[in-house]
Amino acid sequence: MTPALGIRNLYVRYGRTDVVQDVSISVEQGESYALVGESGSGKSTILRAAVGMVSDWRGEIEIDGTPRSSMAQADFARHCQMVFQDPYGSLHPRRTVDATLSEPLKIHNIGDRDHRVVEMMRSVGLNPRYRFRFPHQLSGGQRQRVAIARALMLDPKLLLLDEPTSALDVSVQAEILNLLVRLREERGLTYVFVTHALPVVSFLCDRLGVLHKGQLVEEAGVDKLRAGAFDEPYARELFAASLGAGDRVRHAV
Amino acid sequence: MPPLLELKNLRVSFPGPRGPVEVVSGVSFDLGRERLGIVGESGSGKSLTGRSILRLLRPPAKVSVDRLRFDGADLLAMSEREMRQVRGARISMVMQDPRYSLNPVMTVGDQIAEALKVHERIPRREVRERVMDMLDKVRIHDPERVMKLYPHEVSGGMGQRVMIAMMLIPKPDILIADEPTSALDVSVQAQVLDLIEEMIAEYGMGLILISHDLDLVARYCDRVLVMNQGEVVEELEAGGLHRAQHPYTRALLESVPRIDETRKVLPVMDRGAGVGT
Amino acid sequence: MTMHDWLTDDAPASRFQASAGQAWAITRAFGRNPLAVLGAVIIGALVFVSIFAPWLAPYSPVGQNLGARLLPPSSEYWLGTDELGRDIYSRILYGARITLLIVVMVALISAPLGLIIGAVAGYFGGWVDRTLMALTDVFLSLPKLIMALAFVAALGAGLQNAIIAIAVTAWPAYARIARAETLTFRNAEFIAAVRLQGASHLRVIAVHVVPLCLSSTIIRVTLDMAGIILTAAGLGFLGLGAQPPLPEWGAMISRGRSFILDQWWVATMPGFAIIIVSLGFCFLGDGLRDVLDPKQRDGR
Repeated sequence: MTPALGIRNLYVRYGRTDVVQDVSISVEQGESYALVGESGSGKSTILRAAVGMVSDWRGEIEIDGTPRSSMAQADFARHCQMVFQDPYGSLHPRRTVDATLSEPLKIHNIGDRDHRVVEMMRSVGLNPRYRFRFPHQLSGGQRQRVAIARALMLDPKLLLLDEPTSALDVSVQAEILNLLVRLREERGLTYVFVTHALPVVSFLCDRLGVLHKGQLVEEAGVDKLRAGAFDEPYARELFAASLGAGDRVRHAV
Repeated sequence: MPPLLELKNLRVSFPGPRGPVEVVSGVSFDLGRERLGIVGESGSGKSLTGRSILRLLRPPAKVSVDRLRFDGADLLAMSEREMRQVRGARISMVMQDPRYSLNPVMTVGDQIAEALKVHERIPRREVRERVMDMLDKVRIHDPERVMKLYPHEVSGGMGQRVMIAMMLIPKPDILIADEPTSALDVSVQAQVLDLIEEMIAEYGMGLILISHDLDLVARYCDRVLVMNQGEVVEELEAGGLHRAQHPYTRALLESVPRIDETRKVLPVMDRGAGVGT
Repeated sequence: MTMHDWLTDDAPASRFQASAGQAWAITRAFGRNPLAVLGAVIIGALVFVSIFAPWLAPYSPVGQNLGARLLPPSSEYWLGTDELGRDIYSRILYGARITLLIVVMVALISAPLGLIIGAVAGYFGGWVDRTLMALTDVFLSLPKLIMALAFVAALGAGLQNAIIAIAVTAWPAYARIARAETLTFRNAEFIAAVRLQGASHLRVIAVHVVPLCLSSTIIRVTLDMAGIILTAAGLGFLGLGAQPPLPEWGAMISRGRSFILDQWWVATMPGFAIIIVSLGFCFLGDGLRDVLDPKQRDGR
């Protein structure tokens, strides 16, 4: 089967340095894959290169077996969408939820917009009464639901998630994580999830790649993460730093 | 012996379209030379509580408090001028993001020296020595070089260490740390908090650590206050997190994924029908 | 359900109800600012007078009556008469048409032009930005009236050419504003998100970038209206704008200049008209600033 996202020998250049060096990842259809690392590790940059927000890269990026460079923007939009970290910056401040969600339908000339918008709002757990609200009238969690709904309007199969819960409160994070799990089941989505929080990976993902200074240092199944059995020293370090107090106690026992 | 800081019945409200909205309603606690954690989600009033102690809130915020005493003195009765003597010198505050709390056009060394000079009269040579000394204490290995850097030239973790050095150099009695690590990477977070912990122990200060992260607060504090919607819903010994009784605290604990997570669905809080988040 | 409930419903049932509710909220917020309302009333009066000038004016604006030259204000001639015996009041009423025409035409030409140039420059950046901004700076660096003069001199005197000349001098300010505004959010994630949905650059600029620059440009335009009126008056004053016998306010002042010491009303009355209308636009602009941003509107 062709991978949903195939990246081979990717280098991304910012100014004079390669912030991503020789990274190869293959994400299967329906898989949930996490890219883990600290700030500056290049994890978000890989996503940005894949969607075309960063242009100075070398290597190969394929979506469903088609090279990224030979895909038209509109075609790409139906295959792959992205959810951003900051729910405050990723929604247009002067457009209502309705306008934001209708926009992809208008761009692609898809009809029956009223129905689709309301359906999608229900599907991401947003009460349709919020349909004509502006972003500033919504809470952080509601905004992130709008952002997820927008990404799903064109029914793409591959969703790139750039730390979608790191700006949210823990209880809201739990709701969004549950939503992501449910949506993936219902729609058969493939996730590429960028985060610095290992516990979230443990909950949401099947496999993870640990990035350090632009390089992929280790790839592992989520079982290995749960057991804390990484091979590479950096991955172990990251694991140790991510343990909460509760975890520490349990691991000490 | 009276406690270092006494806070009784703190109320903060903001004017809203339908009358004043109370965002902190009746928070009370005593602080000795100990480490107190305040935990809550955004909007719980935890940061406002921290700021109210230093009387940093400005109109339209309305603050009322029955009692606010620090080291035997009534902070409420103090003039703005006397208050300035307390802020920084005796009670310091470390904020969330070092990039916004440091002056961008002043070198790190000058800023730390400034913090010292404002509160103490000492010769220049000694100032320099104490700044170097302080930077060394916050584990900056080449203070000579770092002193000459501007805030944008230092990393987040280093910036936060500089902030801590700046806040601790006048040897305050209480340090209020408001989300001191949430802008930092996980590996740096632990370093910064370990550092705060060490400094607190060395100087015998009181610490108020404000955070949304229950685990983190429990790890670094002796006592934890859990806040929700402006009220303290539960007070816990740090070792006794698992004995939490209040449904809100329990829900907060449950909703965090663990590193060895196997649950299929995370429990969420019941916010009542139609409210949603 | 009353009309009021329907408008303030926090969960509108249709797009129409939502936009009606929003218009209502804007109007309400606007109504709470007395100066803005005063501005709106003045501008409303200007529009009213322009439309109904023939019915409101007691005399013809061009009809000469040499027997009634330079009469002071009286019950017969409310604002007096000029050197050809024309009723100044009637001339000012008809002059409102010319003023309104100039202001509207200049705004319609220069604002969209500046907005588009600024948004394009800010959005694309790089050499597009450098080229467009260099052009803008050339225009900005010259004093407005001098440049307008040069254009009119080249195109020939007349109302139409005056409008074009003023429009040409007015757009660079809007381009600068639109560019500055665009730069603050060109790298924002909501712009990236629409691009990811397959929107073309044209659509991103037209639908997402321009509306964000719109309110600050509208405000700037209303604040500039006073300046436009004065530039037009200046051109009229120099005899390069509206040609006699058109009752353009600036030209009227210019003619009255010769009698300013003995017959003060000839120059003063149109001067008052200019001041009142300019103030009206300024108040309106200030009021719009507070009202056009939905976030600020909710805040009060």
